[in-house]
Amino acid sequence: MKRKQLNLCVILVFLGLILTFTGCTSSNQTSKPNENGEIILATTTSTRDSGLLDVILPDFEDETGISVKVVAVGTGKALEMGKNGEADILLVHAKTQEENFVKDGYGLERFDVMYNDFIILGPNNDPAEIQATTPNNAVTAFKAISIIPETFVSRDDKSGTNTKERAIWSEATIEPQGNWYIKTGSGMGETLTVTNEKQGYTLSDRATYINMKDTLDLEIVCQGDPILFNQYGVIAVNPTINDLINADGAQLFKNWILSPKTQELIGSYKLNGDQLFNPNATK
Amino acid sequence: MNYIINGFLEAFNLLFSLDPEIIQIVFLSLFVSFSSTIIATIIGIPFGIFLGINNFKGKRIVSRFLYTFMSFPPVIIGLFTALLLARSGPFGQFKLMYTPTAMIIAQTLLVTPIIIGILFNHASSNGIEIVVTGKTLGANKKDILILLILELKSAIMIAIITGFGRAISEVGAVMIVGGNIKGFTRVMTTFIAMNNNMGEYSISIAMGIILLFISFITNSILYHFIIGDTYEN
Repeated sequence: MKRKQLNLCVILVFLGLILTFTGCTSSNQTSKPNENGEIILATTTSTRDSGLLDVILPDFEDETGISVKVVAVGTGKALEMGKNGEADILLVHAKTQEENFVKDGYGLERFDVMYNDFIILGPNNDPAEIQATTPNNAVTAFKAISIIPETFVSRDDKSGTNTKERAIWSEATIEPQGNWYIKTGSGMGETLTVTNEKQGYTLSDRATYINMKDTLDLEIVCQGDPILFNQYGVIAVNPTINDLINADGAQLFKNWILSPKTQELIGSYKLNGDQLFNPNATK
Repeated sequence: MNYIINGFLEAFNLLFSLDPEIIQIVFLSLFVSFSSTIIATIIGIPFGIFLGINNFKGKRIVSRFLYTFMSFPPVIIGLFTALLLARSGPFGQFKLMYTPTAMIIAQTLLVTPIIIGILFNHASSNGIEIVVTGKTLGANKKDILILLILELKSAIMIAIITGFGRAISEVGAVMIVGGNIKGFTRVMTTFIAMNNNMGEYSISIAMGIILLFISFITNSILYHFIIGDTYEN
């Protein structure tokens, strides 16, 4: 009986320790930045996975006291979150969809923030011979892949990258279907991993590729085509959608990311010596 | 093959470097899963015992529903909780979406049926006998309740262990309602899923080892407490 009680004590102490410890850590962390509330930033996986936000966001939080909750999803999902008022501000990359989003009254105004480019990646031996025949024309590259056909891995998740991919297919007047066209329905990182395993071709944003380069046996086979331009924009969600939207915080964020200081910060961010994003705010 | 070995090497490196971010993620996981298991236990034990020891019409259907809920996919729980907690949802004004509280709610919904189910099962098969024995020995209602809890002690502990195991290992629900926000709602399982997607295998392996280690410690302690005693007796 005595031993039982001893055991019980040990467990209670253990549970108590864990709860107090965790309670402390989590309360410390929530009490710090909450003076001016928080904003939910819905953005693409590329801005998070590239490490850019980790580098630039602390500056915003220090300056304004607003904590930023980054929800990294595809552009399609981010815009959907904006439509339902689930996010306060969006940092996304599908310009036509963004303009429609604003036109339909879901967003206040759209501003250019930064750009980089999309690239077509393929296996090192490049069976579709894109590097040799069409190294800077994405449309003919897509045609070449579909004619053989070689495996092409599509994100198929309505993200900015997926939107661009669809645009290139329609430019090539091809409706991709068949065993060679694999749809992952997931983010860029996972899609690159699948492409690597299948040794196929895919369209990727440059930032995610640079970030994962070491783990991939894939090469850039096509780049530099104007159609592969990748523009990122910021949009504050229309605060009339619901009354929980932090409109002031969103405005502060928009002004901050377009400010010369932050633009410089974005331009100076490098990963393994490569610049990932080129700032181009006009303001 | 190399990346697997490198993964394990780097994993141990990471374990012993005590990175504050990793520690914070581990403690948040423990906090969320312990909280939800404790809430689920408080709800589930009386409910499960009550359903188990009473014979009523439709008990079979209730049990079938219970067992279905026990195997509810976490993503569906996550989706359901997200719909309720989203700003445009019925509980939107509480601003719970993408908070640890939302994760605790989702995991509680996940774990409660498991605890009810296990208790229901044990109470159905042994509980009535215990009640009858207690009554023959002249126990009042309070005594019978204490007797039930003591006699079903190992069932209760198995329920808690199973529930906690389910909570700490699930990724679907916490990913949806927590959003995997760095420093705020990122837990061990969402951390592993995210890094795996990004091809960061070594850090995924490291966190996987930590997760297993913690499950082992928790289970050892709980097992030592209950099952150990039962075997000794």
